[in-house]
Amino acid sequence: MIAHAIFFYVFSIIAVISAIMVTVSKNTVHSVFFLILDFISISCLFIMIGAEFLGMIMLIVYVGAVAVLFLFVVMMLNVAQQKNQWFVSKDNSGHIPVGLIISSIIFFELIIVVGGWKYKPELSNVSNFQISNDISNTHSLGQILYTDYIHIFQISGMILLIAMIGAIVLTFRQREGVKKQSYIKQISRERSEGIEVLEVSSNKGVKIDD
Amino acid sequence: MEYLNMIFEETYKILFLLVPVLVSVAMIVWLDRRVWAFVQKRQGPNVVGPFGLLQSLADALKYIFKEIIIPASSNKIIFILAPIITMTLALIAWAVIPFSETYVLANINVGILYIFAVSSLGVYGIIMGGWASNSKYPFLGSIRSAAQMVSYEVSIGIIIINVLLCVGSLNLTDIVIAQENMWFVIPLFPMFIIFFISALAETNRPPFDLPEAEAELVAGYQTEYSGMMYAMFWLGEYANILLMCALGSILFLGGWLSPIDLYPFNLIPSAFWLIFKILFLFILFALVKAIVPRYRYDQLMRLGWKIFLPLSLIYVVLTASYLFYFNLLPTI
Repeated sequence: MIAHAIFFYVFSIIAVISAIMVTVSKNTVHSVFFLILDFISISCLFIMIGAEFLGMIMLIVYVGAVAVLFLFVVMMLNVAQQKNQWFVSKDNSGHIPVGLIISSIIFFELIIVVGGWKYKPELSNVSNFQISNDISNTHSLGQILYTDYIHIFQISGMILLIAMIGAIVLTFRQREGVKKQSYIKQISRERSEGIEVLEVSSNKGVKIDD
Repeated sequence: MEYLNMIFEETYKILFLLVPVLVSVAMIVWLDRRVWAFVQKRQGPNVVGPFGLLQSLADALKYIFKEIIIPASSNKIIFILAPIITMTLALIAWAVIPFSETYVLANINVGILYIFAVSSLGVYGIIMGGWASNSKYPFLGSIRSAAQMVSYEVSIGIIIINVLLCVGSLNLTDIVIAQENMWFVIPLFPMFIIFFISALAETNRPPFDLPEAEAELVAGYQTEYSGMMYAMFWLGEYANILLMCALGSILFLGGWLSPIDLYPFNLIPSAFWLIFKILFLFILFALVKAIVPRYRYDQLMRLGWKIFLPLSLIYVVLTASYLFYFNLLPTI
């Protein structure tokens, strides 16, 4: 159990510190890397409580796909050049009061939500609940998702699909004058179409239609 | 004391796995160059040691004694981290590969997801290396490579779902045991082909080696690297290729199972069969490198998104309906 506790504290300390570093670090690319470190340590925590499926999915989805996109955007925009100067410089300081107001509103909302949270009376029993070891948590997740929560599961899938299609529709534009290749046309080209033998009389030249 | 013993035991096991992997990576580089040379009617490296077997060792020595140059305008921490991450990720994935029913370092429930997650993290080494070099060609190369690896990962994921539908477990040992009667390469043959090509793209092998297309990008994300750091990228790349071969042989070619379950073949230790299959797949990789010209980038993306993704999705539906209709779905 001691090793377990040590690992728990190591991972959670890394998670908290890297979460802080995401906001503090001057270089935006560095903060994305700290975000990735945060994701990884959170997934390690998931694995430690026995939710290995969730931990792995967290790695695959967040670290393997979402954070790559974050990195892309940050690297392409080259935000690193701006540094993190809006705390210091005078011309940009208009952000601070607005930011303070919004963050304090969110803070109070959180206080209201968390303070007014009512737990089910059976909750204290849940922590004593024995989790059976003969069924892996992939199976148990599947059995719950596709039976009791099938409608919610399908609806969330639909919402994701709509978001995806929406993003494609919004960014898709057909430009004029873009040269496209027809693969079938390229493959089905014959020698007779490609080569033409012409009689060229001297000092005349020849006109080839293009 | 108990903990110390446990740690020593685990370290011993890990070394027993990692040292062979590293040695075989060195040998595989030699094999790759040899196969490549034979296809082109050359000799390949044949000077150092018998048949040139020690060539990789000589190369490694050369890399170790070369100076490591860190560009002045690079982001130094990330620049140094990138090859380390590439190599570490390529090696940690071997922890779950089963060499026989009992010889596996970590027999975890979600083994296949673990390999998938680790190989999807592999893109970071390349992005970090390309960005931290602070130079045009490495950055272009790393962006290309990241887009390529992310796209082909999608189709590999769906192919894995095909196999999982037949097995009903995410455990690699279970996946191999489920193939005792028939290797999955027979019912899922189209998926095996797509997996093989996606693995080529995922590991940046020719004909999909656009990240380091030397004619366009010098050497892609590795341009600014030298000495041991370059060698680490290289080692990581080949360890990844071996891993993909191992994954292919576990998913489709029956892992450690012998092809014929008869008397003389039973005596051969099961680890031999897995290594044999890995080598077979790797020679295919090397042959493809020698005989296929490089793809253009738009063709590569088209192949991944417009052909492989729909095909593998259709095959998932086919497999699922077949299993459901004939009541063959695996029980828990």
